[in-house]
Amino acid sequence: MERTAKVVGSPVMKKDAMALVTGKPVYTDDIAPKDCLVVKVLRSPHAHALIEEIRTEGAKKVPGIVTVLTWEDVPDKRFTMAGQSYPEPSPYDRLILDKRVRFVGDAVAIVAGETEAAVDRALKLIKVKYQVLEPVLDFRTAKDNPILVHPEENWRSLCPVGADNQRNLCASGCEKDGDVEEVLKRCDYVIERTYHTKANQQAMMETFRAFTTMDTYGRLVVTASTQVPFHVRRIIAHALDIPKAKVRVLKPRIGGGFGAKQTVVAEVYPAIVTWLTGRPAKIVYSRYESQIASSPRHEMEMKVRLGADKDGIVKAIDLYTLSNTGAFGEHGPTTVGLSGHKSIPLYAKAEAFRFTYDVVYTNRMSAGAYRGYGATQGLFAVESAVNELADLLHMDPVALREKNMVKEGDYMPAYYGETAASCALDRCMARVKEMFGWEEKYPVRDMGNGKVRAAGVAMSMQGSAISGLDVGSVTIKLNDDGFYSLMIGAADMGTGCDTTLAQVAADCLCCDLDNIIVHGVDTDISPYDSGSYASSTAYLTGGAVVKTCDTLIGRILEKGAEYLGVSADQVEFDGKRVYRLDGSGEISLKDIGNRAMCSNGYALEATESNTSPVSPPPFMVGMAEVEVDLETGAVELLDYAAVVDCGTPLNPNLTRIQTEGGLAQGIGMALYEDVTYSPKGQVYENSLMQYKIPTRQDVGTIRVEFESSYEKTGPFGAKSIGEVVINTPSPAIASAVAHATGVYVRELPITAEKIYRGMTSR
Amino acid sequence: MEITVTLNGKRLKAEIDPGELLLDFVRRQGCYSVKRGCETSNCGLCTVWLDGTPVLSCSTLAARADGREVTTLEGVEKEAAAFGRYLAGEGAEQCGFCSPGLIMNVLAMERELSRPTEEEIKEYLAGNLCRCTGYMGQLRAIERYLNERGGETDGENG
Amino acid sequence: MFSAREYVKAKSLEEAWELNQKRSSVIVGGMMWLKMGNSQKGTVIDLSGLGLNTIEDRGEEISIGAMCTLRQLETDEGLERAFNGVFRECVRHIVGVQFRNGATVGGSVYGRYGFSDVLTCLLALDSYVELYRGGVVSLEEFAKMPYDRDVLVRIIVKKDGRKAAYVTQRNTKTDFPVIACAVSRKGDDWWVSVGARPKKAERIQISGAGKTAAQLAGEAAGQFSYGSNLRGSAEYRAHLAEVYVKRLMETLEKEEA
Repeated sequence: MERTAKVVGSPVMKKDAMALVTGKPVYTDDIAPKDCLVVKVLRSPHAHALIEEIRTEGAKKVPGIVTVLTWEDVPDKRFTMAGQSYPEPSPYDRLILDKRVRFVGDAVAIVAGETEAAVDRALKLIKVKYQVLEPVLDFRTAKDNPILVHPEENWRSLCPVGADNQRNLCASGCEKDGDVEEVLKRCDYVIERTYHTKANQQAMMETFRAFTTMDTYGRLVVTASTQVPFHVRRIIAHALDIPKAKVRVLKPRIGGGFGAKQTVVAEVYPAIVTWLTGRPAKIVYSRYESQIASSPRHEMEMKVRLGADKDGIVKAIDLYTLSNTGAFGEHGPTTVGLSGHKSIPLYAKAEAFRFTYDVVYTNRMSAGAYRGYGATQGLFAVESAVNELADLLHMDPVALREKNMVKEGDYMPAYYGETAASCALDRCMARVKEMFGWEEKYPVRDMGNGKVRAAGVAMSMQGSAISGLDVGSVTIKLNDDGFYSLMIGAADMGTGCDTTLAQVAADCLCCDLDNIIVHGVDTDISPYDSGSYASSTAYLTGGAVVKTCDTLIGRILEKGAEYLGVSADQVEFDGKRVYRLDGSGEISLKDIGNRAMCSNGYALEATESNTSPVSPPPFMVGMAEVEVDLETGAVELLDYAAVVDCGTPLNPNLTRIQTEGGLAQGIGMALYEDVTYSPKGQVYENSLMQYKIPTRQDVGTIRVEFESSYEKTGPFGAKSIGEVVINTPSPAIASAVAHATGVYVRELPITAEKIYRGMTSR
Repeated sequence: MEITVTLNGKRLKAEIDPGELLLDFVRRQGCYSVKRGCETSNCGLCTVWLDGTPVLSCSTLAARADGREVTTLEGVEKEAAAFGRYLAGEGAEQCGFCSPGLIMNVLAMERELSRPTEEEIKEYLAGNLCRCTGYMGQLRAIERYLNERGGETDGENG
Repeated sequence: MFSAREYVKAKSLEEAWELNQKRSSVIVGGMMWLKMGNSQKGTVIDLSGLGLNTIEDRGEEISIGAMCTLRQLETDEGLERAFNGVFRECVRHIVGVQFRNGATVGGSVYGRYGFSDVLTCLLALDSYVELYRGGVVSLEEFAKMPYDRDVLVRIIVKKDGRKAAYVTQRNTKTDFPVIACAVSRKGDDWWVSVGARPKKAERIQISGAGKTAAQLAGEAAGQFSYGSNLRGSAEYRAHLAEVYVKRLMETLEKEEA
């Protein structure tokens, strides 16, 4: 049967859309049993302290309080909350509750009670005596600091990532190709710049939440707003020190994740309450908790050295990244890698590169996964440095990139030695230049009213799944009347993968989209999937759909042939029927489905797993136009144009929304979303009143187009889209501001005051 | 204390806590479309109508709804679906968590402003945060909805 | 979690005043700020049954009931006509329409918040506050008074022929201002009010005879003190105040001409 894209590539509505827009109760808190205990966490006011004494009698006496747990009540086996494949690269450095608290907001006690009022009262009645310790707050001084964040003996690192808790190192390493110093010496121009990005919050609209119950079989059922149901199962089992067979995880509709929910931030608290009390329990993080005790982006400081010849050919790239993982190591060893792996390979002419990194523990909130996953930080640094290089050479930064950019077929030593098998980055650049009007807008236009308008550009790449590691699996069943059930283990968190995967299946099975029902994640039922992260779902699980459909079609042919009384090589399947090639007979899919429910020993279902030896990068180019008030430094983003190569867009609407949404988040990071701390280590931006994510008045006009390459290893030529889209705004906007004012803001966000200070100090 | 509220067209008497917020009250009444997204009156997820005016139910005492009409998305389901189809037609509901609050405010805007410009739409809806879409798809959906409905006579949903 | 023991919809100002004499009582305006944090209140007093939700043009002055919403300030045609749209300009950046449908003028003025756009704007006009017991006092005086347990009934703005203009700079369009400036003018008299410094708005009056806007702005902005917070430093605010006061003055001069 020939596979043609019909449903794939069409802008169909999401399968769950009407339920969402009519406000149906489909999210975690909507479906939690009404008798759930309310679970809340008492949090540390200190950045670093030891709990000398904790008294809970008063709290326990509050009417309605069911349990109060402290470090003495939880298993003493360390684990990680990072939703990664086992053995996780993230160190095992957590307990559910610990005697040592490591950041302002760290968990001190868990309270569960019948009403929120009772729990709030009980929280106030817990008496804690702290031995306050000096914290490590500055990540620049954390490495080899005499103060250790994790001095404990049962700290463990499962993978060789260069971790050493006795040095506050969560990871460290160096990768290189060629002799960077030697090449730099030969370069006509060498620039060295340092860039700093903050611990941005994903700020998904639905905060962290989960509820837990015990089932008929004495198993713990966790319903969680998560991107990684199977990892949740393992992590809960580790945290509670119980067999994995005792845990079942369900994922309902998710109100956004963006990586935040790739860490098991909240699930352990109700889980231990239910496990110990047998009663249903629920935790719903406040926005405040989501801002101060969650899993934001890793703060990074990156030193970039670029060498170029006088024609603007980038000959050498030397990047050192210092990453702040905070109090715990979730995603620390892996995010840092992307700061180099997803930035350096964009420049294909480089003769040498070196990428060195340290990931350090500090007494700050633990970092985690946020869309872009280190690439965002690295691309701000490298793309900004390239823009600065272009300005230094008085060269159009687009022209400079056209000379240097990676092209289809190029070998990428800094990208795991992969080759860019599908790459339309050159076409993306050509198209965005035209749709943006680069020639007119670059570099700067005086508007004659004290304001100037200027343009900036940046490129981006990401991956599509983690090569040689991630697994995507699906099961497809043929049911009576010939409809299919598609069971997936990948988590739709609003992104629409329930729909896009069904689109792939519909074209593989030559049927209407409505003929496929999708079952979201239940770890008891769904086939194993690593989860929805690392830009993996469309590419990897999409590939699993293709494989599974092929296998299922084989089985349908077998069965159809049997019913037609011939061998399978004498029949064909067209989506509606199995027919004899000689035209002498046929049986409809409906009849096969119905007949197979009687007297049948051959299951009409298939499960396939998919993994990939490569991680084909999607590419994109973004261009920003800003207007700056030269008297105040006030900057306004006017226009953002972007062209993306994500291979075949499976659903143009959803790919577009992913892109526009990612750009808006990137714009927030570039211009508005700051993270600052009190001298004691408290985060000041602890609410949406202080942490300013962009409103619809703050993103200018975002315009998106696609220039598709065809990725042979992806389903229908698809690569990923989810992450690549967040990376360009920071460097493009920073460069536009520099063209407007001459001021290079190298620490995000780019605020009016920083621009003003830059202008006045020049 | 007891209040009498007309919730989505139905009059009901209910016992409430004097400090109870309208958001918690309507969810308690089964109106789960109403979401909490922040504690600081910033996100707009909890938008309901009080006597037809869009307000933040997280910042309104349930007691203040006594004797008044409260409307949540459940009460305007047909209209919500009509606009929702445009939203979903762009893929702009995405995770959907902010959709009910947005839709309540879009429908309020439709009643209040005739033929709003793009800038007016952005200003009216500035208090509805969304982290998924980047807002552009929502804008396309709203403009199409307003344009295409503009040709219709006021009817079923008016 | 916010909690209250009792909710009373006051039947008279007298009742509201009496209930409000207890320290645990609180008069609720829009509940925008009150519900944040863990405050536990005794009696919550609601003034919404007292007809204080209207804006009345009394010829010489405009009276704004304490329970008027910020959205009413924004859309009221009488205010728009009398004060040239300055009220719309001063509130339209506040969070969103739903917020402004809830937040009250009384709550905003009584709170005397540093970030208050409304206070900053009103101070540049000839504004008064009517207190139930304290009677009518000028807004300038009220802004400096300590918080007491009187009941704010309404705001009165005299239509004395001043032309006013308002501007803020914000990090995002609906954030609290980094700086808020209001300037009004009648003949050679200028009133300049600067809020979000980040301290609450204050007003000064200067005479403009024979001076350029730049000179006047420098003179005016120099009379305020500035501080630092998350949104900006003292030095930056001082600079912004001068720039924006100058621009507002130029705007008003242009309108005059």
